[in-house]
Amino acid sequence: MASTATAATAPHVAAHHQPTGLWSWITTVDHKRIGIMYGVVSFLWFLVGGLEALLVRVQLAVPNNTFISADLYNQLFTTHAVTMVFLALMPLTAAFFNFLVPLQIGARDVAFPRLNALSFWIFFFGGIYLNISFLLALVPGMGSQAPNGGWFAYPPVTTLAYNPGLNMDFYVLGLQIVGLSSIIASLNFIVTIINLRAPGMRLMRMPIFTWMVLITNVLIVTALAVFTIASTQLMFDRLFGTVFYDAARAGADPLLWQHLFWMFGHPEVYILILPIMGMVSEVLPTFSRKPLFGYNVMVFSGILIGWLGWGVWSHHMFATGLGPIADTFFSLATMLIAIPTGIKIFNWLGTMWGGAIRFTTAMLFAIGFIGMFTVGGISGVMHSVAPADLQQTDTYFVVAHIHYVFFGGTVMGLWAGMYYWYPKVFGRLMDERLGQVHFWLTLIGMNITFFPMHFLGLYGMPRRIFTYAEDLGFNEMNMLATLGSFLIGIGTLVFAINLFTAWKRGRIAGPNPWGASTLEWSIPSPPPEYNFRELPVVRSRMPLWEGDPTKEPGIPHGRRDEDTEDVTLAGTKVAELEYPDAESKMSAHDLGIHLPPPSYWPIVMAFGITLVFGMLIFRHAGGALHNLWYGSAVGLLLTVYSIYRWAFEPGH
Amino acid sequence: MDHAHAMSGHAAHPAHIDTSTGLDSRKMAFWGFIGSECLLFGSLIGTYMAYKGKSLVGPYPHDTVIDGQLVEGILNIPLTTISTFILLMSSVTMVLALSATQRGDRSWSVRWLLTTAFLGSIFLGCQVYEFTHFNHVGLKLGTNLFSSSFYLLTGFHGAHVTVGVIYLITLAFLGIRGRLGPEKALNVEIAGLYWHFVDVIWIVIFPLVYLIK
Amino acid sequence: MTSETREIIHDQHTHPTNSFYLWIGVVLFVLTMLEVAGYIGEVKGILGVGAAALIISVLSAAKFILVVAFYMHLKFDSKVFTGIFVFPALLGTVVIVALYMLFHVLPGILPPG
Repeated sequence: MASTATAATAPHVAAHHQPTGLWSWITTVDHKRIGIMYGVVSFLWFLVGGLEALLVRVQLAVPNNTFISADLYNQLFTTHAVTMVFLALMPLTAAFFNFLVPLQIGARDVAFPRLNALSFWIFFFGGIYLNISFLLALVPGMGSQAPNGGWFAYPPVTTLAYNPGLNMDFYVLGLQIVGLSSIIASLNFIVTIINLRAPGMRLMRMPIFTWMVLITNVLIVTALAVFTIASTQLMFDRLFGTVFYDAARAGADPLLWQHLFWMFGHPEVYILILPIMGMVSEVLPTFSRKPLFGYNVMVFSGILIGWLGWGVWSHHMFATGLGPIADTFFSLATMLIAIPTGIKIFNWLGTMWGGAIRFTTAMLFAIGFIGMFTVGGISGVMHSVAPADLQQTDTYFVVAHIHYVFFGGTVMGLWAGMYYWYPKVFGRLMDERLGQVHFWLTLIGMNITFFPMHFLGLYGMPRRIFTYAEDLGFNEMNMLATLGSFLIGIGTLVFAINLFTAWKRGRIAGPNPWGASTLEWSIPSPPPEYNFRELPVVRSRMPLWEGDPTKEPGIPHGRRDEDTEDVTLAGTKVAELEYPDAESKMSAHDLGIHLPPPSYWPIVMAFGITLVFGMLIFRHAGGALHNLWYGSAVGLLLTVYSIYRWAFEPGH
Repeated sequence: MDHAHAMSGHAAHPAHIDTSTGLDSRKMAFWGFIGSECLLFGSLIGTYMAYKGKSLVGPYPHDTVIDGQLVEGILNIPLTTISTFILLMSSVTMVLALSATQRGDRSWSVRWLLTTAFLGSIFLGCQVYEFTHFNHVGLKLGTNLFSSSFYLLTGFHGAHVTVGVIYLITLAFLGIRGRLGPEKALNVEIAGLYWHFVDVIWIVIFPLVYLIK
Repeated sequence: MTSETREIIHDQHTHPTNSFYLWIGVVLFVLTMLEVAGYIGEVKGILGVGAAALIISVLSAAKFILVVAFYMHLKFDSKVFTGIFVFPALLGTVVIVALYMLFHVLPGILPPG
């Protein structure tokens, strides 16, 4: 039935194609388009954050450097972290959640498509708002006013008394906007994963990436709420005169901020790594031609990491005088969390062991991830020993640790995911040779940059200093780190070029160029608007590797034959790709599939929300400009109006 | 049509919900949202508890002895007890509103929704009175740790009540227009979850702030 | 009124009636009055500060559970909703208790020597 219907109707198609103009993207509620927008915007922010890092490294290359002022330096190291964490890494993972989760669970879209669009547009406007702070440098007499108190924003340095400029106002307001985006999106994904799975896809049959997405979003929905309160309190202190963090006059305790911030901040790092672990857990089996080793254990260790991640926050505060009981508790809890993490590492090794390994770029990054993340994990365990941490904390040793886990972990894992799923998203393969160049530049570059920092830290170089004296023994290693960072920069440039040229001229990919096993590889690349022509019925964890029933289940080697659309298992045909590329030209309308119509209320409401927070900054302005802060009320009215129009919008 | 529903004694039987769990996605999302709010209010309450008893200057919440003198606390327990009862009553009327909607009883559904909104507004009125009185006698936003944490905590709660009142009035309005039949009962159910949760937060705030020293 | 209808039909428990809700309301009122009585008892010196705090906390926890279980219908609904609520509610409680411990209890405990 399938092929004849396709053959008969294919020539008559074309009429109801998914529209392509700017307006169609602005009003889209399609999870795939939203995923692409998240990906493009966050990758651009990644480049911005990288530039901020390079400027920092140039300043630190030699002692007593005067490349940038101390004040600008404070802004750059702060915004480097804020940009990377909130505007690049989190949204890049969101891009993958968006594009892949419905495809992996066999759904047509997420549970709340308009809410999904809302999350994106809030993120979009929030990122712009945060970076307007830099543009104030163009206003005569103002200078750049980007956040300057560190991404962790400890008071009293971030209170109005010690930080009278607009810098930290941009921080609290901008991050409250962006935080909302994450919380809204997390509710969407949790419900989607629990409720929209295809028939037969039990929770323990879900792809491991989707499992990690579920756990991550539970962490987001809980942890972001705490950060919202912490930053709201700081905002009220700065804009409305409360005294939550006013130690000198009101007896406030700066540690309150630290506790609230790290209650968010520690789950945040697991939010940044768990999805990546999920991605790597998909890439490794495909390119080892073996199923993931110990799927059940991988799921449970992920759950355990998420849960324990909530119990370790004060390991960021060992030097604040918490007392022996708190120190002991948090030290033990932190050591404990190394166990499920270590289990994952062994399972990844077990996946590759005995497999037929193909060293594609995605695989290289995945293997690199395992190595680099392990190094970061080891320095993490060193931190967990509270007395040792007294030496390490606030030094470059921590900078080394976080970059091995953030860059060697999150970023390299993300790039593995990019190379792996790019063909699915855009229908074309990325260039493998450029990919290899990118990989080696990145791997070598990151080790040259960050490994010396372990030593710099132990030799006593503190964090967050804009320069250092020449007789402290820091000179050579800093220069080395700077050179390494430029290697990373060149590698990233190669990557950006590859992303663009592959989109234009890459080899056509077909549905399953890698011979992978999960559902998203059963549909055309790029997928049609409606994802699946018929929602699949799932019978196993690796639907595309389901073999001949007389053989053992889950045996891999499913290779796609380019000529016949067949999937073969050790020479025997075991599956047929039911949706050859021609079918991607059929529209949802032709197939009688109803998709939610586009809507502009998400972008309107996102703008309203941005005004609510963003206009508050005018409370600091003098004269007539001060009254602009009432624009916040205008934003509120716009938001409420949008909610009503949205709620009663026809077609939804 | 309403009569038929009312006489059957049950709400209309909807089509089978086509989700993996058989549960409605909107209700699930709302419980998730409530979960997030637990952390939100947990942090606000935690801040209040951290700063409890640590204000350097008055006014203080409860009667305190300073230098041998009894300084009167600023909190008005009798008034707040009454407003607490009112909020509690509004939870009862909310449940009755949902029950009426599910039965298809349009007029009582609207009445109970409006009563709930009304009682919520009385609660808000008491809060507004409380805030303005406190402000008048010298407890402003930035006076001390107590004032900041108190105003932010109860202010956030009050803002949530306000949103709830608007939500309920909107639903009542729909009911008057005949667009809130038993098949739409989920909308009232979700409003009910929101309203009861706001009441539950007050159930935690009232003792911790007003009753316990 | 969707999954709930099916649950009511197929469930063993009878659907709460209006009078059942009113009784819960009465219980809630009584518990609140007892809370205030606890407060008054502490003010008048009949109860110690700690004892009053404990009594009031227990009463308010009971009210919390009653509203969530019955008014929010959690007891009769799918366990999925219970899971979705209980995990963050416990976390929120942990946050409150942890902050209280870290700012009031632990600082009083000094390291040995």
